[in-house]
Amino acid sequence: MTVAQQPEALNFECETGNYHTFCPISCVAWLYQKIEDSFFLVIGTKTCGYFLQNAMGVMIFAEPRYAMAELEEGDISAQLNDYEELKRLCEQIKRDRNPSVIVWIGTCTTEIIKTDLEGLAPKLEADLGIPIVVARANGLDYAFTQGEDTVLAAMAHRCPEKSPVSETEKGERNAIQKLMNFGKKKEDIAQDESEYVDHPPLVLFGSLPDPVVTQLTLELKKQGIKVSGWLPAKRFTELPVIEEGYYVAGVNPFLSRTATTLMRRRKCKLIGAPFPIGPDGTRAWIEKICSVFGITPQGLDEREAQIWAGVEDYVKLIRGKSVFLMGDNLLEISMARFLIRCGMTVQEIGIPYMDKRYQAAELALLEKTCQEMNSPLPTIVEKPDNYNQLQRIYELKPDLVITGMAHANPLEARGINTKWSVEFTFAQIHGFGNTRDILELVTRPLRRNNNLKDLGWDKLVREEAKI
Amino acid sequence: MKLAYWMYSGPAHIGTLRIASSFKNVHAIMHAPLGDDYFNVMRSMLSRERNFTPVTTSVVDRNVLARGSQEKVVDNITRKDAEEHPDLIVLTPTCTSSILQEDLHNFVERAQLEAKGDVMLADVNHYRYNELQAADRTLQQIVQYYIEKARKKGELPTGKTAKPSVNIFGISTLGFHNNHDCTELKRLMADLGIEVNTVIPEGASVHELKSMPQAWFNLVPYRELGLTTAKYLEEEFGTPYVDITPMGVVETARCIRKIQQVINAQGGEVDYEDFINEQTLHVSQAAWFSRSIDCQNLTGKKAVVFGDNTHAAALTKILAREMGIHVVWAGTYCKYDADWFREQVSEYCDEVLITDDHGEIGDAIARVEPSAIFGTQMERHVGKRLDIPCGVIAAPIHVQNFPIGYKPFMGYEGTNQITDLIYNSFTLGMEDHLLEIFGGHDTKEVITKGISAESGLNWTKDGQAELNKIPGFVRGKVKRNTEKFARERGFKDISAEVLYAAKESVGA
Repeated sequence: MTVAQQPEALNFECETGNYHTFCPISCVAWLYQKIEDSFFLVIGTKTCGYFLQNAMGVMIFAEPRYAMAELEEGDISAQLNDYEELKRLCEQIKRDRNPSVIVWIGTCTTEIIKTDLEGLAPKLEADLGIPIVVARANGLDYAFTQGEDTVLAAMAHRCPEKSPVSETEKGERNAIQKLMNFGKKKEDIAQDESEYVDHPPLVLFGSLPDPVVTQLTLELKKQGIKVSGWLPAKRFTELPVIEEGYYVAGVNPFLSRTATTLMRRRKCKLIGAPFPIGPDGTRAWIEKICSVFGITPQGLDEREAQIWAGVEDYVKLIRGKSVFLMGDNLLEISMARFLIRCGMTVQEIGIPYMDKRYQAAELALLEKTCQEMNSPLPTIVEKPDNYNQLQRIYELKPDLVITGMAHANPLEARGINTKWSVEFTFAQIHGFGNTRDILELVTRPLRRNNNLKDLGWDKLVREEAKI
Repeated sequence: MKLAYWMYSGPAHIGTLRIASSFKNVHAIMHAPLGDDYFNVMRSMLSRERNFTPVTTSVVDRNVLARGSQEKVVDNITRKDAEEHPDLIVLTPTCTSSILQEDLHNFVERAQLEAKGDVMLADVNHYRYNELQAADRTLQQIVQYYIEKARKKGELPTGKTAKPSVNIFGISTLGFHNNHDCTELKRLMADLGIEVNTVIPEGASVHELKSMPQAWFNLVPYRELGLTTAKYLEEEFGTPYVDITPMGVVETARCIRKIQQVINAQGGEVDYEDFINEQTLHVSQAAWFSRSIDCQNLTGKKAVVFGDNTHAAALTKILAREMGIHVVWAGTYCKYDADWFREQVSEYCDEVLITDDHGEIGDAIARVEPSAIFGTQMERHVGKRLDIPCGVIAAPIHVQNFPIGYKPFMGYEGTNQITDLIYNSFTLGMEDHLLEIFGGHDTKEVITKGISAESGLNWTKDGQAELNKIPGFVRGKVKRNTEKFARERGFKDISAEVLYAAKESVGA
C-alpha cells in the first residue's frame, strides 16, 4: 500500500470518446423480460438488428417480445409514409401479441432522418388503443445502460398521478390485496401496516430482477421503510403512483435522466445516495434513505460486518491487487468504490458519461473510502480512448482489467487478467445478499489462474505480434 | 418498413470488415455511431481471436450531425496510420453514413496525402447490399487496387509460375469452418502437385496481391465470396477460374476434373483419375458409407436443407445423390443469387424455397415434418421446438460452430466430417423415437424425493414464490439449505426474508 496521501480531490479527465461499448438499444434485452406485458419495437436498420440478434445470444430463440421495424430505402427517402408504415407494423404486433404497451426505441437513423416519433406516437396510440412509449436510445447520444435510462424517463410520464382509491375504499376495491390477506384477522393487517414508520411515500427507480427487488424491499422494511412502488414494475399496468412530493431514490448509477424527469416533471424529491452495490454501498444507501425520513437505522453495523466476514475467503484473493476499469456501462464508480473497500487499488476508472450531480453521493463515498482504505484517489476518465487505455494498461500491468469482450481475449493472450464488464450488468449485484455474487465474478479470473498457474502459459501471442 | 426478428445475413459493413480484418496488417475505420463496433466482440468471442481486431470507429455523434465530420475522419485515419502502421486503411461506411451522405471519398483523398499507408473507401451501400455481397465487392476492390497500383509502378510480374499454381479465394474471418477448409484445400492442392500461389483474404498481406496473376488458375470454393474477383482477374489476365465447390464425393471429383482440364489447357500434363479413384474408395469413407447398411436404413428418409448458397446446394446434392435421402425442400437466403441455387438443386429436391424470413422456414419445416434438418442456428432452434434433430451447415452460427478440432467441410476429409454430421443427426432422431415408444431409458419411479420431503416446516406464500424464482437446477439445494437454516434457528414459517437470510448465512 502506498504512503498515506494528503486527501485531495478526485481527478476528472475526458478523452476522445473512442471506446467500445454496447449500443443503448441493448436495454430491450433486459427490459422486455422485466416488463412482462410490454413489446419493444426498435425502429432502425439491419445494423441495429444484427447487433441485437448477436448480443442477445440464445434469448433470441425464446420468442422475445421485441422486433425490429427495419427501415428500407423507401423509408429513408420518405417515399413511404412513416405513420402508415408504423401503424401497419403495430397493428400486426397487437394482433399477434396483444401487449399492454408498445415501446418504440428510436435509433440513430430515426434521429438523422428526423422521424417525429414523439409526434406520431399519441396519434397512433389513439388509433390503436395501446399506449405507445417513445424512448430515443441511440448511439449518437448514449452508451449501453443509458438506454434503460431513456426508457424509464419516458415511462415516468406514464405513472398514474393519483392513487385511484382512498384508504377506506381500498379494502373493498383492491381484490388482490384482499385475497392475500384472506384468513388474516383485521388486527394482523393493521399490524402489517404498523411495521412501518410513518413516512412520506417512497418510490424506487431502476430495473432489477424480481428477486433483487424483493431483497431490497425487505431490507428497507427492516428499517420500517415502506416502498410504495417501483419504476418499472413487473407489468406496465402496475406502474406506481407518483404524486407531487413523493420521495424517489435510484438503485443504479446510470439513471440520471430518469431522476431528472422525476424531479422536474413529477415534482418528486430525489434522495441522492450511493448505490446499493456491495455491502458498503447498500449500507450507505439505506442510511441515506433513513436519514431523509429521520429514522435511526438499526443493526446495519452488525449486518455489514457479517456480510464482510462471510465473503472473506473471496476478499482475501483480491486484497492488495490492482484493477483497471476501461469503462462501458456506468457502473464503474460504484464498482471501483466497492473494490477499494475490498482492499484493491484502482488505477483508472473509465466511464462513458459522468453525471456529477446524480452520482454526487457515490463520488463522495468513493473519496471517503479511498481515504479510509489509505488508497490513492483514482483518476476518472470520461469518454475514454481505448487505444490510449491499452498503452496505459501495458505500462501499469494491472492485476485485473474490467473490460468489454472486444478486448478481453486479446488481453488474456498477453497475460493480463480480464473480467468481462457486461456480466456485471446482468448479474445480481445489488444489496447485502449479492455481495458474494459480485466477488464471484471479480475473483473468477484470479481463481482460474490459481488453478493454472504452474503451466507456464501466460503469454500466448508470438513476440512479433504487435501489441 | 419491415417487421423483422431475425436476419440470416448481416449488414453490408460486416462484410467489408470481415475482408479487411482477414488481411494481415489492414485496418478498418468505421464511420459509425458509438456501439456499432460490435464486430470486434463477435470476432473476439466467436473465433477466439488472440489479437485485437483491427477495426476502430470514427464516432458519429451529435457534433458530427450538426457540423459534419470535418477533420474527424481524416484525423482518425492519420492517427491510426501513425499508431499501427497498417499497409492499408479501409474507410468503412455504415447505414448511418449512407444517409449522412458526407463526401467520404474526399476524406480518403485528404488522408492519403498524409498517411504513409494506403487509404481506400469501401464502395458498399448499406441499402443495396448485404454482408455477403459487400464482402465479395470489397475483396474485388482491394485486389483491383493493388493490381492497378503495381501496374502503374511497373511492378506487376509477368508470366506464370513454372509449376501449376493456384490462388485460393474466399477464406475469411467469421466464415463457417473456413480455416479448416483452407487447410484441407491446401492439402488437396499439394496432393495434386499444385503450388498455392496466394490464399485471400485470410492471413494475406496486400503486398502479395500483385503476384496473383502468376497463378495458373483461381479456385473459388465458396459461391458467395470471390467470384467477382475471379471474374476481374479473368478479364484482366485471362486467368481461368474453377468455381465448383469441392464438397461431397461427387462434387470434389468434379472440381478436381475441372482443375485437370484447366491445367492441361495451359500445357500441363496431368491426369488425376487414379488419384480421384484412390481417394474416393479408400481415403474418404463416404463412398463406402453409402453402400453400408447404416446408410441403407436412411433410404427415403425425409430431410430439409436451408443455408447459404454454397452449403445448402452441396448438402442437398450429398443427401439426395450420395445417400439416397429424400430432400423435401432445399432453400437459401441468398435471394440475390437465387437462380444459381435453383439451377443447382432443382433435380435433387421436390421444392426450392427462396426466402430470408425465418417464420416462413419454420412453417415449412413444421408442415413437412422431416426426420432431420440441415440448416443454420435458427433452424436448429426450430428443430428443438419441434423435436427434430438438426445439423448446422451454414452461418449464422454460434461459438460452438467454431470448433477447435479439425472439421473441414471441403475435400476428402470434409466428406468424412459431413457423413458423421448427417448420420449422427438421423440416428439421434431414431434413438429418440425408440425411447418414446419404449417409455424412456429407465422406467423406475423415483421413490424418495430427498431429505427435505417431510420437513415439518411451512413455506409461506411469499417464501414459496421467491423459491420458485430460483433456477430449477439449484432450487433443491437452496430449499434444503434454507430449511436447515430455519430448523437451526427454530423458525416454523419460511418467508422470503428467511430465505434470503439463509442465503446470506451460507453464502449460497
